[in-house]
Amino acid sequence: MKVTQGQFSFLPDLTDDEIKMQIEYALNQGYAVAIEYTDDPHPRNVFWSMWGNPMFDLRDPAGAMMELEACRAEHGGKYIKILAFDSKKGWESVRLSFMVNRPAFEPGFELVRQEGPGRQLRYTLRSHSTSRAPVSEPSL
Amino acid sequence: MSELIDLDAIYAKSSIGATIDALDVDLVGLVPVKTRIREIAALLLVESARRELGLQAEPPSLHMCFTGNPGTGKTTVAQRMAEILHQLGYIRRNHVVTASRDDLVGQYIGHTAPKTKEILKKAMGGVLFIDEAYYLYKPENERDYGQEAIEILLQVMEDRRDDLVVILAGYKDRMDIFFRSNPGMASRIAHHIDFPDYSQDELISISELMLEKMHYRLSEDAVPVLRDYIARRMQQPRFSNARSIRNALDRARLRQANRLFANRGTPFARSALEIIEADDIRQSRVFTQ
Repeated sequence: MKVTQGQFSFLPDLTDDEIKMQIEYALNQGYAVAIEYTDDPHPRNVFWSMWGNPMFDLRDPAGAMMELEACRAEHGGKYIKILAFDSKKGWESVRLSFMVNRPAFEPGFELVRQEGPGRQLRYTLRSHSTSRAPVSEPSL
Repeated sequence: MSELIDLDAIYAKSSIGATIDALDVDLVGLVPVKTRIREIAALLLVESARRELGLQAEPPSLHMCFTGNPGTGKTTVAQRMAEILHQLGYIRRNHVVTASRDDLVGQYIGHTAPKTKEILKKAMGGVLFIDEAYYLYKPENERDYGQEAIEILLQVMEDRRDDLVVILAGYKDRMDIFFRSNPGMASRIAHHIDFPDYSQDELISISELMLEKMHYRLSEDAVPVLRDYIARRMQQPRFSNARSIRNALDRARLRQANRLFANRGTPFARSALEIIEADDIRQSRVFTQ
C-alpha cells in the first residue's frame, strides 16, 4: 500500500534530479531545508526523527543531497521526507514537505475496532510497521 | 565532419574576457598568479567546447593552494577565482565560504565531523577557502582532531569534485610541511600558486588604487613622502605587503581628519576633504624609528 503524504505523493516517486530541483526552489525562496525519517507513516504521526539539524545558510542543493544520501544509507528501509521551513515573519512554518524515500514493501495500516459501552464501536488506524514483535528483549 | 570550432564565440559568450581584464586593472603585479588564472580559463573554455561536441571527459580537478606572505592578495584572488569559475560554468554559484581551523575542527570526540560537514554543505556549489590551512594538522598533538577534518575534506574533494572547489591558503614554508605530512592532500591539489611579494613600485600603485577607491588623493609634496614611507616600512619587521599599506593609509586619513578638525575655526575648500598632505604621512612612527 503506497502511503500518500505530503506534496507530490500521488505522483510517481520523485527522481533524485527532481528532488534536487525542489530543493533548489526552496533555497531560492530562502527556506531552510531539513531531512526527517520515521518507520511509522501514520498520518497523525507528527514526530518524525530529525536527520541532523535543519540546514540553514545552505546555498546549493548539493549539500542537502549529500545528507539525503547519508540518511538513505542508514535508514533506507524507512520513510524519509524533506521539509523546507520559511522563517519569514508571519509564516514561520513549514512551506514544503514531500517524501523522498519509502520502504520497498509498505505494510500499510490496520483498522482497529474498540468495543465501547452499549455496543458502541470506536475505530482507529494503526501502522503495521510499528506493531511488529520486538526483535530483542526490551531493556528496562 | 569538417565543422570548424569557433572558440572565440564561446569566449565572447562567457564574458570571461571582461573579468580577466578587470583582474589586470584591479590587481597590481602578481604576474604568476594572473598567468595561471589565464591558463585555467583557457582549459575550461576548451573543455566547454569539447563538451559541446560530445567529447566526454572527467571534469578537471581545480582544487588549489595559494601560498604567499601576508597581504599578497590571496583572499582577494580567491574571490575573483570564484567569479571566473562561475562564469566559465565550472561551479554553479558565485560564492566563497571562508573557513579556518576553528570552523572545521571540534573540541571533543564526535564534534569534528558534523562541524566540517556543516561548512562543506554551506560551500557546496561554490568555493571553500580555507585560510591558514596548515593549522589543521598539528603533529605535536597526536590526539588532535585536525586529522579527522582533513580526512573528511579529502573524501569530499575526491567524491564531489563537480560540486565544490577547495582553495587552501597559507605561508609557503608551513604549507610545504603540511603537504609533506599529508601526501593525500598534496596529490589531490592540482594547482599550486605562489604569490610573490610586491616590489616597491607595485606597492605605490596599490596605494594609489586604494586612495582612488576611497576618494582621496595625495597632495603634490605628499607623493615623495609616501614613496619614502613605503621604502622604510618594507625594511621593518612585520611588514605585510598590501595590508600594511592599507593600515598606513587609514592612519593618514585619521591624521588628516584630526588636522581639519583642529583648524575648524577657518572655513576651507571642498578639496581639502579629499587631499592627504605630506604632513599626514610624515607624522608616522616609521619616520622616527
